[in-house]
Amino acid sequence: MAERVLMKGNEAIAEAAIRAGCRHYFGYPITPQTEIAAYMAKKMPKIGGVFLQAESEIASINMVYGASAAGMRVMTSSSSPGISLKAEGLSYLAGSDIPAFVVNVQRGGPGLGGIQPSQADYFQATKGGGHGDYRMIVLAPASVQEMASLTIKGFDLADKYNMTAMILADGTIGQMMEPITFEEEEIRQYDKPWALTGHEGKRPHNVVNSLYLKPEELERKNFERYERYKLVEENEAMWEEYMMEDAEYCVVAFGIAARVAKNAVVSAREKGIKVGLIRPITLWPFPKKVLEQAAQRVKGFVCVELSMGQMIEDVRLATNCKRPVGLVCRSGGMVPSPDEVLAGIENAVKGVY
Amino acid sequence: MEHKRLTLFAGHYGSGKTNIAVNYALRLAEEGKPVCVGDLDIVNPYFRTKDSAAVLEAAGVELISPQFANSNVDLPALPAETYRLVQDHSTYGVMDIGGDDRGAYALGRYVPYIKEENDYRMAFVVNFLRPLTTTAQEALEVMREIEAACGLPFTCIVNNTNLGNETTRDILDSSKAQLDELCRLSGLPLWLTTAEEKLAAQMGQSVFGLKLQEKYFDIK
Repeated sequence: MAERVLMKGNEAIAEAAIRAGCRHYFGYPITPQTEIAAYMAKKMPKIGGVFLQAESEIASINMVYGASAAGMRVMTSSSSPGISLKAEGLSYLAGSDIPAFVVNVQRGGPGLGGIQPSQADYFQATKGGGHGDYRMIVLAPASVQEMASLTIKGFDLADKYNMTAMILADGTIGQMMEPITFEEEEIRQYDKPWALTGHEGKRPHNVVNSLYLKPEELERKNFERYERYKLVEENEAMWEEYMMEDAEYCVVAFGIAARVAKNAVVSAREKGIKVGLIRPITLWPFPKKVLEQAAQRVKGFVCVELSMGQMIEDVRLATNCKRPVGLVCRSGGMVPSPDEVLAGIENAVKGVY
Repeated sequence: MEHKRLTLFAGHYGSGKTNIAVNYALRLAEEGKPVCVGDLDIVNPYFRTKDSAAVLEAAGVELISPQFANSNVDLPALPAETYRLVQDHSTYGVMDIGGDDRGAYALGRYVPYIKEENDYRMAFVVNFLRPLTTTAQEALEVMREIEAACGLPFTCIVNNTNLGNETTRDILDSSKAQLDELCRLSGLPLWLTTAEEKLAAQMGQSVFGLKLQEKYFDIK
């Protein structure tokens, strides 16, 4: 049986990445995700990998671009302001249709903001951040165990669909410690015939690039890319349902907010309120179907977020505004308490949204 | 329990230093001693000594912590009052040192005073279920790195092997082989074995019980 160990969320990401075959890490330190870099700095030299602290976030994402173009499993990690700096590189990676794995352990914003936990980069992760028509697969862990399992999943999805997979965590999940197990699992390898590995005169040379001289050609590339995105939307949405069988109200929350919400759902049930929780695990693709189905049965939704309310827009879209959606939110590094979420549920019961 | 005037807890990050320092300070206070806790952690942004400020205050324990601890900035500066921990010999001092060698650098400037007074215990806190210190050899490496960074050699070991809320007696017992090996390699004695207070109570007087704070994200 695999050993159980006590880990911080950030360490779990680093260890899982190594187990997924990542041997190249490029990054620049920023709180609250620095343990990822510290772990990589300690481990990579011992296993023949590369840890490189670049001169900036912009440099590190472009090193990811280069290593990925050479067919390597590669990653970078940062926190909110650092991800903004990487945005140009994320767009180039998407425009070149090559895989990458990126971690954002979010902190309060906007601007320099602060170092306490946040989920206010939801828009940035799911709607763009960089320029142009593109998407990233966005995974939202709610435990240290999921920091590990979704990292392994993320590397796989990135290679499978030739796109960037991002872990969108928050400072609390990055810093907290929980016992976890690394299961011995088979890591799938993907052929990368497009990789820049040297043609040795035996094949035409490969080009990894996001520049297209003819608009017709660029449009065709974008159409093709969105065909691939459609497959991701159809096949890769993940979510957890909790006490939804007989629920009359539905709380929607991801990551650390979902943990707080779960405790509030239990308290509300003790008071006789039939409420459940839907926790999106992929934020893109957003689990639209399960929410659409829930909207047929429940009287209302309550979104819980560590932002001014960003995912709430996707909940409204997924449910076609069929039911009212309330919001319990804290911002700037603050976390809602289970009591605040309970009050939000009780308001929904009273019809106050 | 026999105490030194000054007790320092250092070790790998996430080994449990802060919880042990807080609980040890509370024990000193229970025994009627004047106590001051110093938070010297310059690396960890969350889950700090300051989280226990109310508990410490209620027990009459003084807390010296960085002005920016638990704030929105990551500013690794220690207050001038920290010197009281090493210069005021009338109060029992407990120092919570930051994790690894990086965290221990901040201790260096206080070491001349500590050595001069020479009434201290420098405890190496170890959890053999942390992935970078699963063996005595790995733990010894961390120990030597910390000593090199701060210039103060360890004098004893605290075994805090645990799996969070999944810790059992068997888990603690299973650390014995690595612990004995670490004592042998380092030539240092085991000072304390620590565990969450309910488990510690089951294990008798030899285990030092830790009262842990409930967190808002603990799943009930």
